[in-house]
Amino acid sequence: MARVGLSGNYAIAHAVRMADVDVVAAYPITPQTTIVEKLSDFVANGELNAEYVNVESEHSAMSACVGASLTGARVFTATSSQGLAYMHEVLFMASALRTPIVLANVNRSLSAPLNIWNDHSDAMAERDSGWIQLWASSAQEAFDTTVLAFKVAEEMRLPVMVNIDGFIVSHTYEPVELPDEEAVRSYIPSKPMLNRVSPRLSYSTGVVGPPEYYYEMKYQAVDAIERSRGMLRAMQAEYNRRFGRDYADIYTYFMKGADYALLTMGSMTGTARVVAERLRSKGEKVGVVSIRTFRPFPSDILGQVLGGLKAVGVMDRAVTPGGPVSPLLADVASCLYGSASRPVLQGFVAGLGGRDISESEFEMMFSKTEAAGRSGHASSTIYAGLRE
Amino acid sequence: MSKQKLKGWKGIPEGGAVEEPGSSVGFDVQSWRTLRPVKDKAKCTKCGLCWIFCPDTAIKYNPDGSYDIDLTYCKGCGICSRACAVKAITMVKEER
Repeated sequence: MARVGLSGNYAIAHAVRMADVDVVAAYPITPQTTIVEKLSDFVANGELNAEYVNVESEHSAMSACVGASLTGARVFTATSSQGLAYMHEVLFMASALRTPIVLANVNRSLSAPLNIWNDHSDAMAERDSGWIQLWASSAQEAFDTTVLAFKVAEEMRLPVMVNIDGFIVSHTYEPVELPDEEAVRSYIPSKPMLNRVSPRLSYSTGVVGPPEYYYEMKYQAVDAIERSRGMLRAMQAEYNRRFGRDYADIYTYFMKGADYALLTMGSMTGTARVVAERLRSKGEKVGVVSIRTFRPFPSDILGQVLGGLKAVGVMDRAVTPGGPVSPLLADVASCLYGSASRPVLQGFVAGLGGRDISESEFEMMFSKTEAAGRSGHASSTIYAGLRE
Repeated sequence: MSKQKLKGWKGIPEGGAVEEPGSSVGFDVQSWRTLRPVKDKAKCTKCGLCWIFCPDTAIKYNPDGSYDIDLTYCKGCGICSRACAVKAITMVKEER
């Protein structure tokens, strides 16, 4: 094991190198670019024996990944924002054709106005594409999650998106423990796909599914991602054992005896923890819950953790214009709806387009969540930090 | 696809892959049809234009040089009727 200073992007590139991928097809886009730049270095200097496909767009990048994956190759790509949006239609094919592609999505807002900074709009727009979506909030977690992603993808034959916050995680250098390459490769030995395109096998893929068959074909992928919930947990546990980590579908901080919680995703969890710790020292019963596995949504665990609380503030770094609530809150509300002991849910939107979310804004969100709990009613979504 | 036994989601190969070569032979498209071709054998000169122009495989060539319509693959497009030089094929309303 080596302890080195790496950005979140470089940590992912090292994970991909150690996973010994066969094909990388990618198109550069900020803030993802340094992942595939580093990978092209690895290929050029012989540290990674992979086919590096330079494509003319993200639509082609994902198409090349699907084709390569169908041959049984281990495949990786990375993108952000407009790039992920440009992959949109092919993402659905990747999941329905059961191609175990790993994609690093370095979260960035969607234009307009053109903005290269972080929010979660890009991933949220693809939440129904049938991909497993994992979120990492440090360079170490970015490395570990990428290795785990290959394992889960190939076991379930489903594509996996590893999300990290643009710039906040992608470009921040942190100490990262890199395990030995052999340890990574024994955790993810090569695993050929069930149906793979080969001159020795005659089969057709990507065929027309008329009304008599589309429904059944689609349901196969729905069933697979449902089953992946248990498989992901088992593989995460195995990863934790082998590499000395403690990853879980959701993280809880200061939740023992808590009456109120803020629910977060990604790097904003860090500030939430700092503020929660301070409020705790003042005697306020607040905690933080952070979701790492967004798809498949950990409804069962989340219900256990949030049930019985007086109020939960759900923080979205994305919006659903015209919708009843923003995307994460919609999921949380749906999974708690049937619970007899459901907390009051207060919605927050914060940090769009890379806007920093200050400690005082977190204090405001905790305070508004407590107020909602005391009154028994949430107000409509609060846009933290928005100037009138 | 009325005559076929449809497979459930558990019975379909993963990812909707088709493992059997030439499996579209079993694809029955009769239900698509609103017009049905009816051939007047007396007028037919066995020229084969209908066989050439049929965009599917709904015209069968027989060893004796004659042609038959295989309704399993006929979507009722009427191209055979338009192509026939002697107007031996009439499109009639499909009734079920």
